[in-house]
Amino acid sequence: MATLQLNNLHAEVVEADEKILDGVDLTVESGEIHALMGPNGSGKSTTAKVIAGHPAYEVTEGEVLLELDDEEWGEELPEEKLTWNLLDLEPNERAALGVFLGFQYPAEIEGVTMVNFLRQALNAKLEEREELFEDEADAAEDEDDDAGYETSPMEGPADEGEVDVAEFQQILSEKMELLDIDEEFAQRYLNAGFSGGEKKQNEVLQAAILEPSIAVLDEIDSGLDIDRLQDVSDGINALRDEQGTGILQITHYQRILDYVEPDHVHVMLDGQIAKSGGPELAEKLEDEGYDWVRDEAYEAA
Amino acid sequence: MSSEQDQLKQTNTEERFEFKKEERSAVRSDKGLTEEVVRLISDDKDEPDWMLDRRLRALEHWQEMPMPTDWPGQPDLTELNVEEIVPYIRPDVDKRSGADSWEDLPDEIQDTFEKLGIPDAEREALSGVGAQYESEVVYQNMQERWEEKGVVFMNMDKAVQEHPDLVKEHFMTSCVPPSDNKFAALHGAVWSGGSFVYVPEDVTVNMPVQAYFRMNSEGMGQFEHTLIIAEPGSEVHYIEGCSAPKYGTHNLHSGGVEVFVGEDAHVQYSTVQNWSKNTFNLNTKRAIVEKGGRMEWISGSMGSKATMLYPCSILKGREASANNITIAFAGEGQNIDTGAKVYHNAPNTKSTIESKSISKDGGRTNYRGLVHISEGAENSSTSVECDALMFDNESTSDTMPYMEIDESKVDVAHEATVGKIGDEDVFYLQSRGLDDDDAKQMIVSGFIEPITEELPIEYAVELNRLIELEMEGSLG
Repeated sequence: MATLQLNNLHAEVVEADEKILDGVDLTVESGEIHALMGPNGSGKSTTAKVIAGHPAYEVTEGEVLLELDDEEWGEELPEEKLTWNLLDLEPNERAALGVFLGFQYPAEIEGVTMVNFLRQALNAKLEEREELFEDEADAAEDEDDDAGYETSPMEGPADEGEVDVAEFQQILSEKMELLDIDEEFAQRYLNAGFSGGEKKQNEVLQAAILEPSIAVLDEIDSGLDIDRLQDVSDGINALRDEQGTGILQITHYQRILDYVEPDHVHVMLDGQIAKSGGPELAEKLEDEGYDWVRDEAYEAA
Repeated sequence: MSSEQDQLKQTNTEERFEFKKEERSAVRSDKGLTEEVVRLISDDKDEPDWMLDRRLRALEHWQEMPMPTDWPGQPDLTELNVEEIVPYIRPDVDKRSGADSWEDLPDEIQDTFEKLGIPDAEREALSGVGAQYESEVVYQNMQERWEEKGVVFMNMDKAVQEHPDLVKEHFMTSCVPPSDNKFAALHGAVWSGGSFVYVPEDVTVNMPVQAYFRMNSEGMGQFEHTLIIAEPGSEVHYIEGCSAPKYGTHNLHSGGVEVFVGEDAHVQYSTVQNWSKNTFNLNTKRAIVEKGGRMEWISGSMGSKATMLYPCSILKGREASANNITIAFAGEGQNIDTGAKVYHNAPNTKSTIESKSISKDGGRTNYRGLVHISEGAENSSTSVECDALMFDNESTSDTMPYMEIDESKVDVAHEATVGKIGDEDVFYLQSRGLDDDDAKQMIVSGFIEPITEELPIEYAVELNRLIELEMEGSLG
């Protein structure tokens, strides 16, 4: 279990010097489903990318914290390993701690099969997590070991990790069955030539394999037909129900919220959370648009 | 994963290539390229007069021909001073023309090839092995069953003595004459060592033969010659590997390869080039392919300061075909200029060229190729595909696919892509838990995947591992 906390987050585009986030406050806990809505350009996708550590954005103020609850990790973690400032970490380190970003436009990587990619990602995540949780003294010792390891002619095969091929194959089959994904998916190149719907389904599959404590899903519902929307929604619900993942779902439409029922709905305007509420808020937005939120926000100010 | 692959991985560490042995030579020529040096080499090998004559004629060509300097984007050869290169070093070994047991070699040479993993590979996956150290083949062996079928795999110097008719007919005559280019002329004058392969009619050598070329001494040149004659209906796969430790001064490698592919014969020629980054690697490789014959060139160019290599196939008979697969990797200070040449000189001939190059940290790769389809070579087809991947804005890549088509009834396809590693792609993989290096590594291995999946497994594993090492920057 974990809690993701955005405190007064300000961010801008590095190259354009363009301010996008203007003090975002948001808290997502494992096991909760949050919907983040708002008009185009309000900063929803930027919020997602900043959480994951996209290099195109610079955080100018505020913080992104991840608080871990040590029960889930199967071991007692010392105090200083419980709270992480994600902004100090590389994207892969954030992933190792259990943060997942589902992309609006997933990259297509030619020549890399799904099964190889996912196994390597899972092993990298497990390995990185171990390194992050290690205390400093152990880490130093380990580095010594590593140094000897790399130059030794007895170096083991580079691609073996904690989860071996056979074991991984089983994990993958199970998750694919759960999400009703065709088996031949595993041998296809990562997103290459996938339809829009397949890509989104694949994002959910990846989350199911990597078992994040918090998943940020950026417009996972865009470009989906109704059948696929159902599949993807089932997958998202399973993430929460089976793994206790906390979901931050970014969407334009009420539609997916009929399938993935949010506990909390937030409306983003001009780089801030302008209003938060329960599921009924999403319905009102569907009926009335965003103008009334804007009016309210200005009145309050 | 099989034990063979494990073995290849285990021996593929940095120390596998980067070690130096004290030079212990029996004969060492002066620097530079003079008639005196050429005579010394020929004399030391106790060559017949006709070979000496060929060397001297080649020397004349070398002296007359200008250095190639006006090719667009070509490697800078001004730093290469042939007058400073020692062209001939015969290591001090007991048995000339190659021992047939590793134990018979001096310790430092035995140790060299052990580190390179050659004896292990020989035991597990090869029909025969030749190993050249400096200018001379020091080890040569082939399984007896091939000898019984009349297959010849011997050191080139020895072939001059033992198969004079075959050598006289094929050695730098119709395939690669010394007048072909400046470095073919240089090669013809000072060549030493290399392999002679003869496969009789209808014999299929089902495991590859491998030759390994190691340059150990600073400032030397290596000029091995490989001559492969595949009689009609025969089949053979020849693999060459090469490496050298890095020195402050320049080394030169200028090999010559001639392949005669008989009617319906099939020859595969695979190279893993991993010269140190002070080596100029300037080769001429060519095959003449008779009716229905098939020539395959597979080249992985990872090392060297500069490489110029364009394996060529002359499709002489109807239905002859050629396939080229080229993978090049250029890091800091490297210019890898590679490609392929195919001459379609008969009807119904077919060629495919696939090239993938990767450049990083200011390195440069070029694809330079030529497909010529002669008048009358109707119903011929060619397909050229070259893709370049760059890591950063400092690195460069050029594609120069020349086509000369003199026949109208042909099928010509060409595709080229040049791209930079995408930041969004890297971020996507990072967000899944891979660190920056592993993400890029994954993109590169995916980029070359369409090619590596066509390669023999041992070769593909070796190549992937070398590229990984290059990307880690751990090779000198």
